[in-house]
Amino acid sequence: MKSLEELKAIREKAKENMGVREEQSDSIRVVVGMATCGIAAGARPVLNTLVEEVAKEKLQNVIVGQTGCIGVCQFEPVVEVMEPGKSKITYVRMTPEKAIKVVHKHLMGGEVVSAYTIGEVGK
Amino acid sequence: MIRSHILVCGGTGCTSSGSEEIITSLEQNITNAGLDGEIKVIRTGCFGLCALGPIMIVYPEGTFYSMVQVEDVPEIVEEHLLKGRVVTRLVYDETVTQDAEVTSLDETSFYKKQKRVALRNCGVIDPENINEYIAMDGYQALGKVLTEMTPEEVVQTIKDSGLRGRGGGGFPTGLKWGFAAAQPKGQKYVCCNADEGDPGAFMDRSVLEGDPHALIEAMAIAGYAIGANTGYVYVRAEYPIAVHRLQIAVDQARSMGLLGKDIFGTGFDFDMELRLGAGAFVCGEETALLTSIEGKRGEPQPRPPFPAVKGLFGKPTVLNNVETYANIPRIILRGADWFAAMGTEKSKGTKVFALGGKINNVGLVEVPMGTTLREIIEEIGGGIPGGKKFKAAQTGGPSGGCIPASHIDVEIDYDNLIALGSMMGSGGMIVMDEDNCMVDIAKFFLEFTVDESCGKCTPCRIGTKRLYEMLDKVTKGQAVMKDLEKIEDLCYHIKENSLCGLGQTAPNPVLSTLRYFRHEYEAHIKEKRCPSHVCKDLMSIVIVPEKCKGCTLCARVCPTDCIAGTVKQPHVIDQDKCVKCGACIEKCKFGAIVKQ
Repeated sequence: MKSLEELKAIREKAKENMGVREEQSDSIRVVVGMATCGIAAGARPVLNTLVEEVAKEKLQNVIVGQTGCIGVCQFEPVVEVMEPGKSKITYVRMTPEKAIKVVHKHLMGGEVVSAYTIGEVGK
Repeated sequence: MIRSHILVCGGTGCTSSGSEEIITSLEQNITNAGLDGEIKVIRTGCFGLCALGPIMIVYPEGTFYSMVQVEDVPEIVEEHLLKGRVVTRLVYDETVTQDAEVTSLDETSFYKKQKRVALRNCGVIDPENINEYIAMDGYQALGKVLTEMTPEEVVQTIKDSGLRGRGGGGFPTGLKWGFAAAQPKGQKYVCCNADEGDPGAFMDRSVLEGDPHALIEAMAIAGYAIGANTGYVYVRAEYPIAVHRLQIAVDQARSMGLLGKDIFGTGFDFDMELRLGAGAFVCGEETALLTSIEGKRGEPQPRPPFPAVKGLFGKPTVLNNVETYANIPRIILRGADWFAAMGTEKSKGTKVFALGGKINNVGLVEVPMGTTLREIIEEIGGGIPGGKKFKAAQTGGPSGGCIPASHIDVEIDYDNLIALGSMMGSGGMIVMDEDNCMVDIAKFFLEFTVDESCGKCTPCRIGTKRLYEMLDKVTKGQAVMKDLEKIEDLCYHIKENSLCGLGQTAPNPVLSTLRYFRHEYEAHIKEKRCPSHVCKDLMSIVIVPEKCKGCTLCARVCPTDCIAGTVKQPHVIDQDKCVKCGACIEKCKFGAIVKQ
């Protein structure tokens, strides 16, 4: 170890790898329905894409998790976005491509992608 | 891409209840489910809640599973990791509210009042991965002292923080460093006392197992402060996990250039080695410890000269214990004021206690100095099992004493404990309820010191033995009241005349129980009665005829066949043959067998 900068670089990288373990009460929680119905409809690639994209964009206030069946099996894969102080947004019939769009527009831009929400798709 | 981390406690407590098997099974099940690459299993140090081990936390949700068994692993993988359904039956009750909402671990009564400084990384990082330590600001403090501070400033910062030695005596750490730094330039040493020997204390062990780099960083800082380039950690060979992880940590630090030559390009050299102790309690005494590192028989030396002047191999040496060192990097990074703001007037910062004995949450807690005994026992510790009454807390191990229930509201710090006739010691805290006999407790600790006395000086070698024999007479009902005076006289004689701390403090458990529980001693002597029914010679086990249903269970379990009686008739114990093992009491379904 020859300099503080070297230590700092290692620290930044290691911090990224440990981001999953940070608990913040004001984070945005994104959960993917991962019951049998969700998995069968392709929730796994959606979940993995969300995790990757959030990490790639270094969104530190976003926690990507999973949940069980919420009861709208015909609309799986379901992704829910919960922001503190706002009402829950439910995206349905998700794909990895749609997931990337949600990350960029909704999580980064703050703009709900209405076309994918249960209200629109269910019409 | 990793989306979830599973932290499994790999401290000694959880390891002995099977966490290694759980980790193996987890990894297997994760692979079978095709989840490797998505989920990472991390072995951490101690979370502190040892009573509920093995412990597991699943992130990002932060789900806290307790008492996990190997058989539960497939369900956790299948339900939680694959399908996202928390396995509620394994979730720690305290983290679930009445409406089945899962709350944060920090809100539970066990963690709420804790403040983790020395234990900050235990249960949080992987101790075998230096990168995780660095991610938590590790080695930043070393970088800071080497590039921004003079050695004098480092010593002054530690002085200002008010940090006192966490190993027992509570000597101001900054002062100790200052003495060693003031010695003429030349070969000096930095040593760490990791020879934690008090029965019931395991805080140093947990730091070594959970955050070994904190110790390495702190010792390098001490080296810079006093002008030493070599360090030794004297650690018990009975701590295999701690030794293993510390060695890994030293190797990693060395390969990254955080130990060795020219650290951070500042020209400062520091390296360190481990020395394994063979388990002699006296080697926790500083002069005996240094003698043992030198390769000689671990016997204490007269002081002065103090180690800061003439220590290891006759050179100036700083010796601190593990927990003391664990505080150092935080003090450097956050400042002396931050540390001094915690605690009481003369005892700053936090203290780790190993809670044991008759307490629900057996484990490791770290609280600010000045926290009351009541808060520790009733809130953090979760109270006494079985609704029994709190009688006393023993602190300081064989060198300490008892704090009786009447002083439960005492604010715990160095000086208050001394005033009560006990001491901080390394922080072992053994909780006792109404079923504990205080004479028996004193005898237990004295038996330990008799065993562990090194034999170099007479007061300790022979005095403790004679003292033990007198206590034995009391517990057998053979003592007379005059013996109490003799016991007290001998206690003071041993304290005043012993060479080292071991002998000087050995009588403390006797003196403090005599002070607060003299009536128990007197009951043994005058009434030939042990009030708590512990001392075997002064109690008997009897069957209450009115309650006995004659089920014969007790007669069948008795190892000496001393219970007689016919079916459906009250049974009787033959007192001449009874060995008072208590097996019958455990078996009886009607509560008909009692000690008296």
